Amino acid sequence: MSPQVTMQLALAAPLLGTVLIVLTGHRPNLRETVTLVTAAVMFLLVASLVPEVMAGGRPEVVFGNMLPGLPIALKLEPLGMTFALIASFLWIVTSIYAIGYMRGHHEQNQTQFYAFFAVALFSAVFVAFSGNLLTLFLAYEILSVSTYPLVTHHRTPEAKRGGRVYLGILLTTSIGFFLFAIVWTWLAAGTLDFTDGGILSGKVSDTVAGVLLALYVFGIGKAAVMPFHRWLPAAMVAPTPVSALLHAVAVVKAGVFSVVKVAVYVFGVDFLHSLAASEWLQYAAAATILLASLVAMTKDNLKARLAYSTVSQLSYIVLGAMLATEISVVGGGMHIAMHAFGKITLFFCAGAILVAAHKTEISQMRGIGRVMPITTFAFLIGSLSIIGLPPFGGMWSKWYLALGALDAGKQAMVAVLMISSLLNIAYLLPIPIRGFFCEPDDNPGHGAGVQEAPWPCVLALSVSAVGCIVLFFFPEPVYNLLAGMFAR
Amino acid sequence: MISVHFPVLLVLVPLIAAPICLLLRPLPGATWAIATAASWFCLYVTVSLLFRVLDSGTISYLLGNWAAPWGIEYRIDLLNAFVLVIIAAIGAVVMPYARASVTREVSPRRIYLFYTMFCLNLAGLLGIAATGDAFNLFVFLEISAFSGYTLISLGRDRRALTATYRYVLMGTVGATFYVIGIGMLYMMTGTLNMMDLAARIPAVAQTRTIHAALAFLTVGVGLKLAMFPLHTWLPNAYTFAPSAVTAFLASTATKVAVYVLIRMYFTVFGGAEIFEMFPVRETLMVLALAGMFAGSFVAIFQENCKRMLAYSSVAQVGYMVLGISFATVTGLAGGMIHLFNHALMKCALFLVMGCIFYRISSVKIADMAGLGKRMPLTMAAFVVAGLSLIGVPATVGFVSKWYLVLAALEKGWWPIAALIVASSLLAVIYIWRVVEVAYFRPVPEGAPEVTEAPLSLLVPTWIMVLASVYFGIDASRTFEVAHAAATLLIGGGK
Repeated sequence: MSPQVTMQLALAAPLLGTVLIVLTGHRPNLRETVTLVTAAVMFLLVASLVPEVMAGGRPEVVFGNMLPGLPIALKLEPLGMTFALIASFLWIVTSIYAIGYMRGHHEQNQTQFYAFFAVALFSAVFVAFSGNLLTLFLAYEILSVSTYPLVTHHRTPEAKRGGRVYLGILLTTSIGFFLFAIVWTWLAAGTLDFTDGGILSGKVSDTVAGVLLALYVFGIGKAAVMPFHRWLPAAMVAPTPVSALLHAVAVVKAGVFSVVKVAVYVFGVDFLHSLAASEWLQYAAAATILLASLVAMTKDNLKARLAYSTVSQLSYIVLGAMLATEISVVGGGMHIAMHAFGKITLFFCAGAILVAAHKTEISQMRGIGRVMPITTFAFLIGSLSIIGLPPFGGMWSKWYLALGALDAGKQAMVAVLMISSLLNIAYLLPIPIRGFFCEPDDNPGHGAGVQEAPWPCVLALSVSAVGCIVLFFFPEPVYNLLAGMFAR
Repeated sequence: MISVHFPVLLVLVPLIAAPICLLLRPLPGATWAIATAASWFCLYVTVSLLFRVLDSGTISYLLGNWAAPWGIEYRIDLLNAFVLVIIAAIGAVVMPYARASVTREVSPRRIYLFYTMFCLNLAGLLGIAATGDAFNLFVFLEISAFSGYTLISLGRDRRALTATYRYVLMGTVGATFYVIGIGMLYMMTGTLNMMDLAARIPAVAQTRTIHAALAFLTVGVGLKLAMFPLHTWLPNAYTFAPSAVTAFLASTATKVAVYVLIRMYFTVFGGAEIFEMFPVRETLMVLALAGMFAGSFVAIFQENCKRMLAYSSVAQVGYMVLGISFATVTGLAGGMIHLFNHALMKCALFLVMGCIFYRISSVKIADMAGLGKRMPLTMAAFVVAGLSLIGVPATVGFVSKWYLVLAALEKGWWPIAALIVASSLLAVIYIWRVVEVAYFRPVPEGAPEVTEAPLSLLVPTWIMVLASVYFGIDASRTFEVAHAAATLLIGGGK
């Protein structure tokens, strides 16, 4: 099978899956089988593309013109490969988790849930494969809209409010700034294709380029650079599998992925590096990293704390892109992978605690480690990986980001990264520590025994936790893949 | 060959169909069949005309074979071929829908009137677009206006009558202004043929009479196309008319008036020069922007969904006028693309309103609680068409916005571009109000059982919805036509 065909099949699979999920909606077991099979097929198809990309191939597919001279096109390159690989792999894990969670928590409208989930994954991989800015924007907006029903899944007034903030900010930023920047780029450069070395260099003055860069970074609201981050905490009203896969991996990473993609293939690293504006945006990213961590410390609701932690971590990747050195960009790319595994583990644990112990607030979770040892241990692993300690994958991305900052001569940014690690320790580690070492507050009958979440949940969170460790020992494949961005 | 006479058959067939409908008044089914057949015939004719124009250039047809300045000329170039297809297509989709919808919304004694007036209206609108004679245009303007008044007054709500009355007053003022303008042009040039006018106006362009004529024409046509602040007739007329009427008029009547404005400015008055001569650009631009914001703002606070969409139309007309005011190829093409795109999406939305009214006999937003569950296909149509109004990619609304923003940036007017984007975001608010009620608010206690709308309503609705997606994904064809037409017009329209 040629890579072009595989790419199209990988996109067709989740769409077909959506149809089948709707058709089998009345038989839950069959429906979940369809979800799992679809996820597995999609992952295998995506994975089969890796050798081609590693060998330097850049397969392209051009569909018809959407606007004259502006086709809907796919083009696979290392960054998109990495993102698609992570998203499709974690979809399998999340699907397993979701089966346990959705049934264990007696959620309504599960067919709708699985169907929109598949659409969201389609659009995430569509974002990853997009070959020009117009296609990227198309996929990006499909992702915003298709995740709205998932965010508002509970249909409560609270869900409605969350959905309002979610869609309101994402549409305002994307139409208000992102689209604006794309049209401007099209006018200035005469093309929107993602090209090695960028398309804007020499086409616009430095001032215009600076304005455009700001429009891109803030317009890609999914990257959650402050002050456009509020949608992410708002999205936490969703069921936990949505928060886990979409709001720690697929949606938010689609955002930072777009930022990196714009930095590398629209501006070009060299041009970006020469812009004064990129320095200002480094400060914006650094401010987000620190402020979001500080806000996270004040949150007692576990999912809210994790959401702010995500806001903070996303700006690592934005920072990597704005530092605009090859190492920092690769580091940013690696952080897409590393943070994905770490944060999805944490969300899985949060959901498992909710299902098994019906607890949402951190202050209620003293002694949780005695009741749910596996979950709490996985939470510890995920936390350590986010903090960036060995032997967990998160260390590598921070390492390369710091190297990149030094490479760019920005020692201050190294300091920001280090302070952020300390803040991560302060808001993440107390949870497992208190879980293991404190007595439960509300457990009169001592030794109530181990009571974990349903086994699919435990399996899923174990897999992703192991993933954090594996990525420490085998980071080369990811690194080599990403380094391919600058190989030519 | 009969196809030579297509330009006139376009008008004649619906014009003859109208009295036939009147004669068949005891048989509502037959009147429906005749009106539908007429509308489908018109669609066939307009499409074949468009292809012929694309193929071999402008068609000139002399009525009764009287040579042009004396006789009436029908002149089909790319611009009006494009508009003709829009009108006929909307008519052809609304007609099958009308049968069930009209039976529900119009008193049985008046159903024949609906079909009669619809045929007349169609003839009038197509005539406006087809003719190359400024006075003949006025005649068709009146035909379409009077049949339009009747159509609106068919609404069962008594307020439809006052709405019509208001429309009659405003519409008559508009038509009178138009004819005064034409009279002045005739006085100065001695001709009514548009091509002739275009050739003779430059010699007398700097006279006060011509200036006054331009002003009269602008105001007259501005009333017809509901340009802010001349839009006050529109909201009530759209709200209280039967749904099928609203769907048809909202996507054709104002669009034809926009066409007349383009035709007058760019063909008769010779294109971009008048934008330099007078503050035409500034006037149009300010009014367009004011309309875009005022219309959207007012839409946000409406309780009646049809009325909300009507105000949204005022805003959307603003986009078209804004495109015209740029007086560049991209801007004009953008305005024309939006003319087409808005016809598709607004027609879809009003058809949805008809589906809802058919089931719950109300289009108040508050009454739509729980409809997302009870009428899933109808509400899904609303969501998709609504996203198009917002301008999400893969819908036609996105394409319009793309070109309007592009046109503004091309001129270096980035604040205008920012305003276009900002005003379109207001659509998110008013569309989402409805979505939230339909999907989040539970069905009220004791509400009557409601099922999905019948297929005869759903199919036309979804045809429009899918069209507004299709032309959003593959916009290159629409763009080619609009772009070629705009190039023709900016080049002097010769």
